[in-house]
Amino acid sequence: MNLVVSGTSPLSPAAPPAPPHGAAIALHRGGVFLGGRWVWRDVDLEVPQGEFVVVLGPNGGGKTTLLRVLLGLQRLDEGSVSVLGGDVRRGRRAIGYVPQRRTLDRDLSVRARDLVSLGVDGTRWGVPLPSASRRAQRARVDEALAAVGATAYAERPVGQLSGGEQQRLLLAQALVTEPRVLLLDEPLASLDLRSQGVVSALVASVARERGITVVLVAHDVNPLSSVLDRVAYVAGGRIATGRTDEVITSERLSELYDHPVEVLRDSRGRIVVVGLDDRDAHHD
Amino acid sequence: MHASVLATNGSFSWNPVVDWQELTAQAFMRNALLAGTVAAILCGAVGYFVVLRGLTFAADALTHIGFAGGSGAVLLGLSPVYGLLGFTTLAALGIGALQRQLRGRDVVTGMILVEALGLGVLFLRLSSGYSNQTYALLFGDILALGSGDLLVLAGAAVVALAATAAIYRPLLFASLDDEVAEARGVPVRGLAIGFVLIVAVAVAAATQVIGALLAVALIVAPASSAQRLTRRSGTGIAVSVALALAVTWAGIALAFWLPYPVSFFVVSLAAVVWGVVRALTARHRVRASLREAHAAGVAA
Repeated sequence: MNLVVSGTSPLSPAAPPAPPHGAAIALHRGGVFLGGRWVWRDVDLEVPQGEFVVVLGPNGGGKTTLLRVLLGLQRLDEGSVSVLGGDVRRGRRAIGYVPQRRTLDRDLSVRARDLVSLGVDGTRWGVPLPSASRRAQRARVDEALAAVGATAYAERPVGQLSGGEQQRLLLAQALVTEPRVLLLDEPLASLDLRSQGVVSALVASVARERGITVVLVAHDVNPLSSVLDRVAYVAGGRIATGRTDEVITSERLSELYDHPVEVLRDSRGRIVVVGLDDRDAHHD
Repeated sequence: MHASVLATNGSFSWNPVVDWQELTAQAFMRNALLAGTVAAILCGAVGYFVVLRGLTFAADALTHIGFAGGSGAVLLGLSPVYGLLGFTTLAALGIGALQRQLRGRDVVTGMILVEALGLGVLFLRLSSGYSNQTYALLFGDILALGSGDLLVLAGAAVVALAATAAIYRPLLFASLDDEVAEARGVPVRGLAIGFVLIVAVAVAAATQVIGALLAVALIVAPASSAQRLTRRSGTGIAVSVALALAVTWAGIALAFWLPYPVSFFVVSLAAVVWGVVRALTARHRVRASLREAHAAGVAA
């Protein structure tokens, strides 16, 4: 298994890097009210530029809502938020997004390259016509495909590619606009263990090379433990952020969940959180 | 004239020039070929996105409502084409606006559709020309299409095709990945409504050629075949249009020389093309996935 990232961060893991030019993402006392309840409230989150943050937490805890707020798809009901020093709104090319998904339809016979290409011109009206900018676009698509190692299957229909291959294409589609912030919702879900390692190492190396700030939603921290700078744990209507060993502790998580939770570490540093499952929580 | 089944028209001569002259000698045949051409181009192009977006059921729903509209127009003494276009576009606005709420409401949708058919039958019974008009609306009567209707149809088709071209890239983006498209600023909801309106025009056109009950075949079969044959959306749309034109022209020509209706030939040819393409590509796909499995086995 290849979980080791080439060129690991030069910075000591004990000290998260200081923000070079202020925060890429700044959420101040934010709250979202949906379906008659606060998804989360009074939440502060500051992500320095170039940092790799993994968002964890139980299903329905508001991880995706957090991404939607940063994308301008969900309005804050309280507090303020800014991304790259500006207000959140849809359609910012500086923000790349890979939503949560199941694998694409097997019958989908659109070429891999064309899916990535839509990242460049999918928002423009009309039909594409041959032109100089069209050739420039092709070069950018080639570059993005190469960056994620998808050149070999660029001409194949996307429906026939594996989950890991599709995930690389969606990453390429997000990278093709040269974003400075990358938001990824469960990119490792529905991948086998080996692909999880490969994809997380790929995201980390591309982000580091280009100085991209990454916010990645996951349900398991382990495949990402070697690449992340910080974790943000979303549960019980609040968000706890910090280094893994500060946040994922029995005390902090029990406090978040308002329910006893135990964090176990095995001999290789793998983390298991127990007591969260509904089957374990018969306490009414 | 109830002309959906023609009597003898001479015999097929194997001389394409003579056959073409005979085929286009009469005005109603020229009208039929023109209407078929317009409908095939529109249905082939729009069908590509109908299949891509999984809107086959919505298109089918529109045919039922189109039938009610067409028969309503007959009751009012108008040409059915106005009722068809009017009802399908109104229904398209409803479907487009309620798309999210209607998801998973099969029973509600099904009841509305059946009621639309029932209304259509009532309208036709109330008007005088019951059997001919019913037949034309349900099963198509392209050979009886007047020049005025042809003009209305062509005008609507040109507008619908121009609109499709205008929204081509965002529509493709939203069809493949609506969440990313929305985040990138594509107005996905507006596009969804706009596209169902375009489908409404395609349904009205297809109904004129092969009738409400069969219209979906001309929208879905060529497009679905084309998607299995191509990997680029531009080429896919071109192949879809070509297949739709081929089955429509061949269907009209066959009905000219053989004593069976146009609709039967068009739908059957579309189904045969679809079946053959499916069989051929399925074999190819099994081979491709075996090759992949083998390659993966070697790599591991």
